[in-house]
Amino acid sequence: MARSMAMAGNIAAAYSTKQINPHVVAAYPITPQTTMMEKFSEYVANGEVDTELICVESEHSAMSACVGAAAAGGRVITSTAANGLALMFEIVYIAASNRLPIIMCVMNRALSAPINIHGDHSDSMGCRDSGWIQIYNENAQEVYDTMFMGVRIGEHKDVRLPVMVNLDGFITSHKIEKVDTLEDAEVRKFIGEYEPFYPLLDIENPVTYGPLDLTDYYFEHKRQQVEAMEKALPVVKKISKEYSNYTGRNYDILESYHLDDADCAIVTMSSTAGTTKFVVDKMRSEGKKVGMLKVRLFRPFPVEEIRECLSGLKSVAVLDRSASFGGFGGPLFNEIRNAMYDVDGKPSIVNYIFGLGGRDISAVQIEGVYDRLMTAQAKMPGDVHYIGVRGD
Amino acid sequence: MKLTIPEQELMEKGHMACLGCGGSLAMRYLLKALGKDTMMAIPACCWAVIPGVFPYSCLEIPLQYVAFEATGAAISGMEAALKAKGKKDGVTVVGWAGDGGTVDIGIQALSGAVERGHDVKYVCYDNEAYMNTGIQRSSATPKGAWTTTTPVGNTRFWKQTNKKNIVEIMAAHDIPYACTASVAYPEDLIKKAKKMKDIKGPCYMHIYAPCPTGWKYPPEKTIELSRLATESCIFPLYEVTYGKYKINKDIKDEKKKPIIDYLRSQGRFRKLDEETIRSLQKHVDDEWIKLKKKVECFGEE
Ligand SMILES: Cc1ncc(C[n+]2csc(CCOP(=O)(O)OP(=O)(O)O)c2C)c(N)n1
Ligand code: SF4
Ligand SMILES: [Mg+2]
Repeated sequence: MARSMAMAGNIAAAYSTKQINPHVVAAYPITPQTTMMEKFSEYVANGEVDTELICVESEHSAMSACVGAAAAGGRVITSTAANGLALMFEIVYIAASNRLPIIMCVMNRALSAPINIHGDHSDSMGCRDSGWIQIYNENAQEVYDTMFMGVRIGEHKDVRLPVMVNLDGFITSHKIEKVDTLEDAEVRKFIGEYEPFYPLLDIENPVTYGPLDLTDYYFEHKRQQVEAMEKALPVVKKISKEYSNYTGRNYDILESYHLDDADCAIVTMSSTAGTTKFVVDKMRSEGKKVGMLKVRLFRPFPVEEIRECLSGLKSVAVLDRSASFGGFGGPLFNEIRNAMYDVDGKPSIVNYIFGLGGRDISAVQIEGVYDRLMTAQAKMPGDVHYIGVRGD
Repeated sequence: MKLTIPEQELMEKGHMACLGCGGSLAMRYLLKALGKDTMMAIPACCWAVIPGVFPYSCLEIPLQYVAFEATGAAISGMEAALKAKGKKDGVTVVGWAGDGGTVDIGIQALSGAVERGHDVKYVCYDNEAYMNTGIQRSSATPKGAWTTTTPVGNTRFWKQTNKKNIVEIMAAHDIPYACTASVAYPEDLIKKAKKMKDIKGPCYMHIYAPCPTGWKYPPEKTIELSRLATESCIFPLYEVTYGKYKINKDIKDEKKKPIIDYLRSQGRFRKLDEETIRSLQKHVDDEWIKLKKKVECFGEE
């Protein structure tokens, strides 16, 4: 029987990895990811998994070992955060371009300098164009479930891409919550056996990964990669639905909360969606027509679905937990406003940057954003605003 | 009274290290030896936290925090800029990193820096694991040690491979000076640090820096344990100056202590079985003989 267990996001990630029982895990410690790998090391030491665990000497090597193992034909999982992901960057692209369905948990954390170990999205947002599917999770339950969906999505024959499972550093990685789990057998049934495409281990049919590929073909290969991302969108939807039916827990690429009759909405991701729902409940009880849209799937970006959700609103604030230095607002804002550009009667859309380096965002501050959206006559003045920073 | 240790303090009170931290003592002694004309780069490690959180710092020298893997390259750049601006004379450029930042993720940058011959002093404080992130194995973790990534479970136990010998790797780069030092022998440490300061070219110092938090022993035992490590030849004090080997603290055969006392005083070795202990003792003995042979063959005349 499936059980409810109390676990932190990192333990949910470790436990789901144990249940997936991948062939290879290669990882390197970094706060706030470390406790996941420590827990997984215990499973290995107790013989609870068949996995070959490689405690490599850097993240560059962690991702390189994953690429090696995945190309060889293994089901592969890793995890990292912040500077670790930044050091992997080169290989993150190689993993996606070689179409290797690796799963990577990223415990989202601020990048150096200066050094900060707390949560924001600047690490994974730096990789948003790398060709990885990116799913942002609100809580430990979502992390647990997304690992299994991630395996199916990445390995799907139309997709064959790596999947990044994001959770907020400390807020989700270390907070202990109730998580409803599946039995090992149920997990195995859902994820199925891994069938690698063109594994190096197939010695009778030798293949080459990542050869020299110049002006005659490189562009076509990149175009195919774009197509794989496009094809991933319906696959993510389909597998989310399948998983929802399988477990009774509802998953989709977006989560809309009281949007149907709302005038104003906040769009955000990850744990902040939880706080925002709390605020929506409070304001709804006061008769205010506010709603929220949580973006779970950021890559590929679900343009049509976003348009459907946000059309008909008067005004929208997009809350970004990362800055795009020199850009026009944060990454999520960029995508949302871009997606809405051609929509007739589109809402006015503004951006709020918040929570860099783990700075808390409170319910009161979120309510303040709704208040400003509601009191602005037409479009709110200004495009990009900041929440909770000195001197603003 | 004649003091053998300089009075000057460049590491102020109010640091954030744990009680009994060997690494914090190591920094204090090193700075006493090098003096204020010292410029430093520190990567991610406990020492990225120990000086304090902004706006506080306990180190009274020009200091740059660098990426975990980058120390060797960062100090190369610092030295090059000083040279280009004609300001190198009298200034010591130091890279200060943990064992992980040295023997694992930072070994490429370190190897590059010393091979290019930069006038830099690289100091590693060795607490034999990644302590800042919560006690994971490094390749400086000795065989037999528990860490959170080499846990003692039902089917796999402790770290299975020997410690990487970084001092010999550095000596093999044919640099002017490579040495070991220990917080239990501050005079020796300070003498070696001063020697490095005077030598032109890349130098490497490896400091034994016990960690009560990670090794699981009472904090007041740091010095005792360090002494035991040297007296049982687990961590010999020696130096290699322009290829010439010298043991700085000779341990006579009859005085050489068995490693068992050392192992038994730390929680990280608590579950070791007799057979593993015997194999560890043999490894220590073999390495000690090897070192003495090197002194015999390539010692100072
Ligand atoms: C690229 C990168 N990967 C991982 C980390 C996380 N991290 C910070 S300190 C550290 C361990 C440091 O170990 P060591 O060099 O032995 O120093 P100690 O903490 O033991 O003093 C790790 C893994 C990081 N900061 N950057
Ligand atoms: S964990 Fe160990 S090395 Fe780090 S500050 Fe504490 S005693 Fe020192
Ligand atoms: Mg260390």
